[in-house]
Parts: sequence; structure tokens; C-alpha cells
Amino acid sequence: MATAVQTVERENYLNSNYGIKSWLLTTDHKRIAVLYLISITAMFWLGGFFAMMIRLELLTPAGDLVSSDTYNKLFTMHGIIMVFFFLIPAVPAVIGNFVVPLMVGAKDMAFPRVNLLSWYLYMAGAITALTAMVTGGVDTGWTFYTPFSTTYSNTHVIGAAIGIFIAGFSSILTGLNFIVTIHRMRAPGLTWRRLPLFCWSNYAAAIIMVLGTPVIAITLLLVALERAFHIGIFDPRLGGDPILFQHLFWFYSHPAVYLMILPGMGVISEIVACFSRKRVFGYEFVALASIAIAVFGFLVWAHHMFVAGISVYAALVFSLLSYLVAIPSAVKVFNWTATMYKGSISYNTPMLYAFGFIGLFTVGGLTGIFLASLGIDVHVHDTYFVIAHFHYVMVGGGVMAYMAGLHFWWPKMTGKMYPEAWAKLSALLVFVGFNTTFFPQFILGYMGSPRRYHAYPPEFQVLNVLSTAGASILAVGYVLPMIYFVWSLRYGKDAGPNPWNATGLEWMTSSPPPTHNFDETPVVTWEAYDYEHQPQEEITVGH
Amino acid sequence: MWKNLPLFPERASALAWQVDGLYFLLIAVSAFFTLLIFAAIFYFAVKYRRSVHPHAVQIEGSLPLELAWTLIPLGICMILFAWGSLIYFQEARPPKDAMEVYVVAKQWMWKFEYEDGQRDLNQLHVPVGRDVKMIMSSQDAIHSFFVPAFRIKADVLPGRFTTTWFRPTKVGTYHLFCSQYCGTNHSAMIGQVIVMDPTDYQAWMSGGAGGSTGTLAANGQQLFQQLGCATCHRSDTQGRGPNLVGLSGKPVLLDDGRTVIADENYIRESILNPGAKIVSGFKPIMPTFQGQVSEENLMALVAYVKSLAQTQPKGEAGDGSSAPNTSKLQ
Repeated sequence: MATAVQTVERENYLNSNYGIKSWLLTTDHKRIAVLYLISITAMFWLGGFFAMMIRLELLTPAGDLVSSDTYNKLFTMHGIIMVFFFLIPAVPAVIGNFVVPLMVGAKDMAFPRVNLLSWYLYMAGAITALTAMVTGGVDTGWTFYTPFSTTYSNTHVIGAAIGIFIAGFSSILTGLNFIVTIHRMRAPGLTWRRLPLFCWSNYAAAIIMVLGTPVIAITLLLVALERAFHIGIFDPRLGGDPILFQHLFWFYSHPAVYLMILPGMGVISEIVACFSRKRVFGYEFVALASIAIAVFGFLVWAHHMFVAGISVYAALVFSLLSYLVAIPSAVKVFNWTATMYKGSISYNTPMLYAFGFIGLFTVGGLTGIFLASLGIDVHVHDTYFVIAHFHYVMVGGGVMAYMAGLHFWWPKMTGKMYPEAWAKLSALLVFVGFNTTFFPQFILGYMGSPRRYHAYPPEFQVLNVLSTAGASILAVGYVLPMIYFVWSLRYGKDAGPNPWNATGLEWMTSSPPPTHNFDETPVVTWEAYDYEHQPQEEITVGH
Repeated sequence: MWKNLPLFPERASALAWQVDGLYFLLIAVSAFFTLLIFAAIFYFAVKYRRSVHPHAVQIEGSLPLELAWTLIPLGICMILFAWGSLIYFQEARPPKDAMEVYVVAKQWMWKFEYEDGQRDLNQLHVPVGRDVKMIMSSQDAIHSFFVPAFRIKADVLPGRFTTTWFRPTKVGTYHLFCSQYCGTNHSAMIGQVIVMDPTDYQAWMSGGAGGSTGTLAANGQQLFQQLGCATCHRSDTQGRGPNLVGLSGKPVLLDDGRTVIADENYIRESILNPGAKIVSGFKPIMPTFQGQVSEENLMALVAYVKSLAQTQPKGEAGDGSSAPNTSKLQ
């Protein structure tokens, strides 16, 4: 056993060398994760700012704070930034990048240089899209529906489309890196059945990244080409079909929803197991559910098009498949809950976020059942019901899981503990603020309030005011971690290698880990989540 | 304050109760599972908290449980699927004798044309208790025809017709929203559906509010002559094009062996893109009328061709004033 308290600062990935160049040219997955962390946090605040502007505009029924054109650009930019530049990279590119190589006992990702290229592509895409936004904005909605985007919009559609196109390659390369890393770089003894569920879910997400992203890239390229040269793919006057765009767009963008939630589900599996001191209940089912979601996720895209004039029989098939894709998600929720049974549960911040995730994701998933139902979807399609549903999944699920994971692995990433009391307060604020913001929108939607409306009939005001009030609570809940995380870098307690006394190879090296991750390649002889054999006392350095 | 906070839109169509019924069931199912999960988490979190339960009991899993929470939700889902699909089938199949209203959507207004030539802007007048079929197309971007009180919605597309229908059951004025984002004034592309007592409706119809100039089919007949359609599409077997009498709603054999039903979209396509589907036994000689007929004129032509399917005199009697036509609404 090594020394209990690390007084002499050990060399780690943060202090091994200094200078801007050592960061911008790094091939260390941990540093790249930090680069991603900084960039997507910036994008999150920008997207959040747009969201706040939207909510303020909607305080009153009349469109009086900003003009309708400005409003249309605000929700478009909120959507583009949050979906393509925050949610899709958040868990995989930050937490996954940092943790997956450690979890499998590897020195780095399979292709460290490609990993760095991913970040540069992400930045190039982000800067291109932001340039389009700064120079005049985009007003098509993040969905770019044709023929509005190709013919009628007078805004910078091409710039935004190219930005997303470039960022898509970042996603593809990250996905490839995960697949190869998880296949080829696992430590001796770390079989697929011993693999932490976070790796399984990142693997499932990587499949979607590699198979789905090329489709959105081609689709947006076609939009740009149609807009510039009128080639007649989507414009009915030139013999094109505007509905074709929707098929292509949702063929990626529905799986993309699972791409945003799957890695988050992996985070929750790790956390529920750790803070219940138990192996995840039904490990195989949770692992296979991730793969099932990734596969079925590709077969449900037309449920976004039930009112777009598609054939009744096509609608029937897509409705049925949409119900089926809900089942593996339900299986996961039941298994997480069962994991807690006869556990030994502590309420640290990551676990509080995990509780929040399970609750909100359950609501998000169940309201997805409403939308899969043809008769109900016709009424609530394109209303606030849909907005509430996907925010429950993407924010209540995806962002909660990201926050949970950030708190869980923050000590590993920085070697410092965040202040627990403040963190618990922020978890509570996020939960309360989120529900106050988005639950009223279910009611609004069933009332018939259409989405993307700059002004609305006065009878919808009470619920909108409630929603805006909730959004301000939510904002406080997100600002707090920003402050205390930065604070902890300087003033936080030293974390030690394994502050949660968790299983998993990432906790068997020091915090922050050395550049090469492990002093010697670990050999795995135990199952994942082997909490039965984890000593009760906190250990400092394990082997 | 709570007076201002209704939880449901009004129920003003035959369909509304059905949709709401399924909605209630979905709420019940969701509430049950949400409470089940919340209660279980809360109970386990308290009962097995570390201070009273310091040693976890390791449990691998349970196949019966996995099967139960896979199959039971699956079964419930299949019931919900069947019910939702039944409603959708009703929505997709307008009754044969429905009154037809043609809709042109454009940035950012709704134009309605009634069978007997009345026109409306952003206001749709319909009699209570009557089935109404909307035949819609867009002049520019995609729009969506959404009446929350009727629980119906259908996208309005450029380049083709989409349809939806409803039977209003309650006199009143209801919101009409465009629910597919369509640019700057999307949120101003709203209107009203005014459901009227049949006698009020007749009075409104004969009042000539919208500036009627003959029935829609009669206007179509005029266009049919002006555009020279009648030279080939004769009402006997001698024409170079198919005889259109009795065509609408019937199966048509194409020269590639396929059979299609002559619905509004088929007629529309045959005018704008005649080469797409050639009727068996005819040559592809018809020129395209793409760009030559406006969306409104196209609707008039379609209405005329459809009127030929019915008894012959009706198409002929088209140019009468609107007053005699209202009687057929009874």
C-alpha cells in the first residue's frame, strides 16, 4: 500500500507539462476531455442564454420583448447549439473521453491523434455555426425543414448547415475511437461481461454516431446545395419532395436522441451501483438494453411525421416500433430501482442527481408513449407537449446524467472534492426548477398551444408565467456548480484516488491520473461492480 | 386565477371525446408507473440508508422479474397502440358524403373555398353536425392545419393535397393554428373555426359574405374550357385523352400495369405532371400545366373533375347562383 496522504505532489496529466501548446497539441484523452469540457460549457451558457430570452419573451401573450424574426432566431440557435454542440458531445466527449480509457485499463484511446482531431473538428464546426449566427442568425428551427430552409428563409442557413456538417465528423471520429478502444484496448481479464455499463452504453452510442451521423451530414449538405443551386431534391416546383427531407433528417435525428441519452444511462448505472454498494441488478439486461435501444432507435424515425401525410400503414408500423423502443428504456429504469433494493444507500450529490434522472426520465419516457400513440400524437404534435417531453428526456435525462457524472468523476479529473452542501443544494434547485419549467408545458401542449409561437392567445399565460419562473430557478441551479467547481480547483479538499470507495479501474489510479493512466497494466479478475469484495474502509491506492 | 387555467381545450368534435378518453388512460398508466418508481426509490432510499443498513446484500438479478417488467409493459403498450391506431384510422378516412372545403395555405394566411364558391380568409364557417372534409395544399412552405377543439391536425404541403376531416358537435368559435413552423409570422398564421347552427350557416352562405362567383366546380368547368382540356378529354370515347366522367374515386389502370385510385392527388398530378402516370391505352401527349394554373385554379379544376363523377347534370348546372346550391346541404 502506498502512503495514505499524498503530500508530495505526484506527477499527473495536469502538471506533467505546462503551456498553451502542451494543451492544444495534446494527444492525452484526459486533456482532450478537459478541452471539450471548457468548449461545451461555453456552448451550454450560450444556448442557456437563448433559452432565457425565449422564456422572458413568453412571459406575456403579446410578442413584445423581441421581434418575431428575432424570436425565431433565438429558438433556432438555442436548438442548434444545445443539440449539436452541447448534448451530443456532452457525456461521450467529456466524461466518456476521460473515463472510458481508464475504465478499460488502457493508456489512452485507440487513436489519440484522431481524438484530438475530433476536438478541432468540433471547434471548427462550432465556430462556423457561431459565425453564421453572429452575422445574422438562422431562423429555420434546428430541424431545417424544407422547403422553408431551402427556399423561403432569408437567413444564414448554409453557414449553420456547414457548421453542423463539420461537427458531424467530430462525432463520427469519436464514435470510431470508442468502438475500437472498447474492442481492442481492454485490460487482460476485462471480458465483455465484466465491462462497466458506462462502456456498454458509450459503445451503443458510438454505433449511432458512426452509422447515423453520415446521414445528417449528407442531408444538410443537400439542403445547402439546394439552397445555393436549386438542384431540385426537396422543392416540389423542381420535382423534389419536401417530405424526403423529413425522412432523411429524422433517420439521424431520432437516433440522435438516444445518442444523447445512452451515455447518460451509463453514468446512472455506475452511480446507482456505487452509492447502493451493489452490483447493478440484471447487469446483462441493462447492457443489452443499450444495444436494443441503439438498434430499434433507427427504426422509429417516421413517428415525427404522423401528420405529414405519410401512408396510414406506414404510420401504423412506426407507431408499433416506437412502442417497442420504449421497452428497453423501461427495463433499465426497473433495474436501477431494483439495484437499490437491500443496498446500503448514501445520498451524495451524484446519487441525488441519479434519483432526479430516474424520476424525470421516467416521466419523459412515459410521455413518449403518448406521442407514439397515433390518435394522441395527431393532437399534440408540434405543441408544447412535445417540447416538454423531449426536455424531460434530454434535460431531465441527459443533462441530469451529465451533472451526475461530472460530480462523480470531478474528484478523479481534478484531484479535488467539490463542496458537498452546495452541490446538494444545486441538485435540489435543478430538480425543482426543471419540473416547474417543463411540467406546465405538458398541459399547455394538450390545451393546443403550438410550439415556435412568438405570441400566443391570452388563456395560455398562467402556465407560461409558471414555466418562466421555473426557468429562473433552474438557471440558479446551473450557475451554482459553475462557481463551486471552479472554487474547488483551488480550495477543494484533496480527493485521494477513490473518494467514493467505488469499484472500477479508473478508481485504482491516483487522482488526477498520471499521463499514462496506470503504472502497470491492471489485470482484471473480478466482475463489474464487485462491491461485495470492496473493503468497507476507504482505501487510498489499490492495485 | 384558476378560472384562467383550464386543463383541456374544448371538446367540439365527435372525435374529441375519443382522443381524451385515450389520453385519460395514458395518464392513468403513466401516473401508476411514475408513482411506482418514485415510491420504490423513496422507500429503498430510506429503508436501506447506510446508517441503518451498512452492508448491502448482493443480488445478481432475477429472470422472472426481468420477464415481468418486459412483458407487462409490452402488453399494456399493445393495448394503447391498438386504441391509438383505431382513432388514427378514423381520422384518415373521411366519410364519403362529407362537405368539402378547399384550403390554400400561404405565408401567413389561410384561404378557404367552399363548394358553392364562397370564400373565406382566416375564418372557416361550418354547420354543426355536418362532416367536413378539408382538401389542402400550400403555396410556399409547409404549414399545418390544427384545431385543438376538434383534436385534429394535418400538415399542409406544397405540391400535393393532404386531407383531414371533422364533425363539429358544438356551436362556437374555436382556435385555428398553423402548427408547422413557417417563418416570420408563423405565430400570426392563426384563424377561427366558426361552427354555426345550420340555419345560421345557410343565412351566412346566402349572404354572399365572401363574394361568390359561382360554384367551385363551375369555375373549374370554365377553366377546363379556357385551358383547352375539353378538346382531348371529351365526354365520349373519341377523345385523345381519357374520358373524365365518372373518374373520381375509381381505380384507373395504367400502361405499366399498376392500378391507382383517382383521388384528388392523382387528378392534381395528372394536370401538373401528366407523364407521371399514363392511363392504359393512351399516349403520353398531354403537356404539363405546371406554373400555368394557380393553387386556387387547380383546386377548381379538381373540384370540377370530381363533380363529373356524380350525376351529369350537376356539373352542367354549376353556373347558377349560390342560393339553390345551399339546399343540397340539408
